[in-house]
Amino acid sequence: MTAPPLATRRRQDRVPFVRAVTYAALILAVVVTLIPFAWMFLGAFKTDGELIRRPITWWPDQPTMENFVTWFTRLDFGQFFLNSSIVAVATVLGNLMFCSMVGYALAKIDFAGKRVLFTLVLITLMIPGVVTFIPLFVVVSKLGMISTYPALILPFLASPLGVFLMRQFMLGIPDALLEAARIDGAGELRIFLRVVMPLCGPALATLAILTFLGSWNNFLWPLVAAQSEDMYTLPVALSLYSVGQNATNYGVLLAGSVLVITPILLFFVALQRYFIQGIATVGVK
Amino acid sequence: MTLLRQPRVTGAGRIAGARRRGSTARRRATVVAYLFALPFIASFAVFMVFPVLASLGMSFTDFTNRDIQNPTSVNPVGFQQFSALLSNPQFLRSVLNTVYFVGVGIPLTMVIALALAVALNSGINRFRTAFRVGFFAPVVTSIVAVAVVWRFILQPDGLLNEALAAVGITGPNWLGDPAWAMPAMIMMAVWRSVGTLMVIFIAGLQNIPQEVLEAAEIDGAGRAQRFFRVTLPLMRPTLLLGAVLLSVGFLQFFEEPFVMTRGGPLDATLSISYFTYNQFGFGNFGLASAASYLLFVAIALLSLVQFRLFRSKD
Repeated sequence: MTAPPLATRRRQDRVPFVRAVTYAALILAVVVTLIPFAWMFLGAFKTDGELIRRPITWWPDQPTMENFVTWFTRLDFGQFFLNSSIVAVATVLGNLMFCSMVGYALAKIDFAGKRVLFTLVLITLMIPGVVTFIPLFVVVSKLGMISTYPALILPFLASPLGVFLMRQFMLGIPDALLEAARIDGAGELRIFLRVVMPLCGPALATLAILTFLGSWNNFLWPLVAAQSEDMYTLPVALSLYSVGQNATNYGVLLAGSVLVITPILLFFVALQRYFIQGIATVGVK
Repeated sequence: MTLLRQPRVTGAGRIAGARRRGSTARRRATVVAYLFALPFIASFAVFMVFPVLASLGMSFTDFTNRDIQNPTSVNPVGFQQFSALLSNPQFLRSVLNTVYFVGVGIPLTMVIALALAVALNSGINRFRTAFRVGFFAPVVTSIVAVAVVWRFILQPDGLLNEALAAVGITGPNWLGDPAWAMPAMIMMAVWRSVGTLMVIFIAGLQNIPQEVLEAAEIDGAGRAQRFFRVTLPLMRPTLLLGAVLLSVGFLQFFEEPFVMTRGGPLDATLSISYFTYNQFGFGNFGLASAASYLLFVAIALLSLVQFRLFRSKD
């Protein structure tokens, strides 16, 4: 990068207080944004008594691990975590494989019906999940798969968004590279695996992150498809324990929230550049 | 950059290949392409295309949960489910609620996100990453988990009202008062959507050529003028994209009321998705499908309107 344009620099020098105000506003805004997180994390270590006591306290009076212990003893956190993880990992792997395969066909092979297929993919990007879940439920229950892993995984193995993402990225890979491999006698499968896929690292990383995020936080379908407690994913377990008699166990609910979002938050902080790039890529198209 | 090192032969090879490309070659390519697309097409057909069509079909029947094992007992009822919806006060309420949520939530999110994007893009260098991470954190977290926390923050004597009391305002019973439950939902939705839009807007701002802004400055345009006359018009495609993405998400609004209010109080936060989910729970699959289709049509229409609106201003 070169030095900032002259006009920008001059503007900044002329009005330093604009910068100060901007910083102050941004800091205030980010603090306000993060307050719910702070309150959640601190609250998870408070007793129910302290949580309902007024005035509100920030720092726990007598920090307790009791709320977390409840998740591992009275509730089956291990099982919920395992369910969420199995579903997320399977969904990510499926998307990486299947979306890149179609992406390759759509970007690099000239075939009959290509436009129709791509248009269908684009149209389905707009269809809300609530439209499909009733027929899906009927299909899955006819197949006897309600409350099984396949019910939670299969509908999400390939996503139109992933296909779109992979196609867009692969369009940018020069055809000449593929032609060279073809001249050298490589078949399409070989070209796909040895030439195209190794170049798709950034797109695959983006797709993996977005799919993992979507799967980990997915709610409506698991709520419908996981009808027995041993198949609940984390958000489903948390939402079902947040009503009825459990709704008054404030500390347990906050601890549950912490347990649900901590893995994804850690993942996010570690890979934040790619997360943000991914959203920008998919958004900007 | 391995991408740039292209073998010399390819130029000639490619032209020859293109000339030689006959129908046999294309037929072969088509077979190969479909082999690559097969897993996706299979899953797409079973889990997307079929459900979408089935849902449309179901919306013209009296399909209930009792018909799952014996679909022959289903009767076609024409547009009866749709007319039933239009005379169902709860559904109409859910439509009004969704319109309220989208109508207030989207402009609010866009304005805040644009302000943050402009601020972050205006020569702010220190803590830039920290700011982005901070504003983006609500985006990546489970809505269900944060809704649990917001429920406490929004209690009559919760954190928000305590903060309001500190500046002399008596806050309402956010989730218990039908008049305030929806503003509370909107507040939370804005909180968790601003990050995504902000990132998209920053990308849009960075695509604006510096020279154009400098030229405007030389012509004597002030800060505000440059923003409204240069930046905003050039941002139109990005703003449009943001608005469409947000509408698709906001129109499906479900998790927040599910966790925080169960659609209450007095159906004040019952959304179209929530209505559909409830009817599904009662076993009224036909009615629920009809409702979900109306939602789909609304999403498609709104996207169209937004495209028109942003284009016609050119």
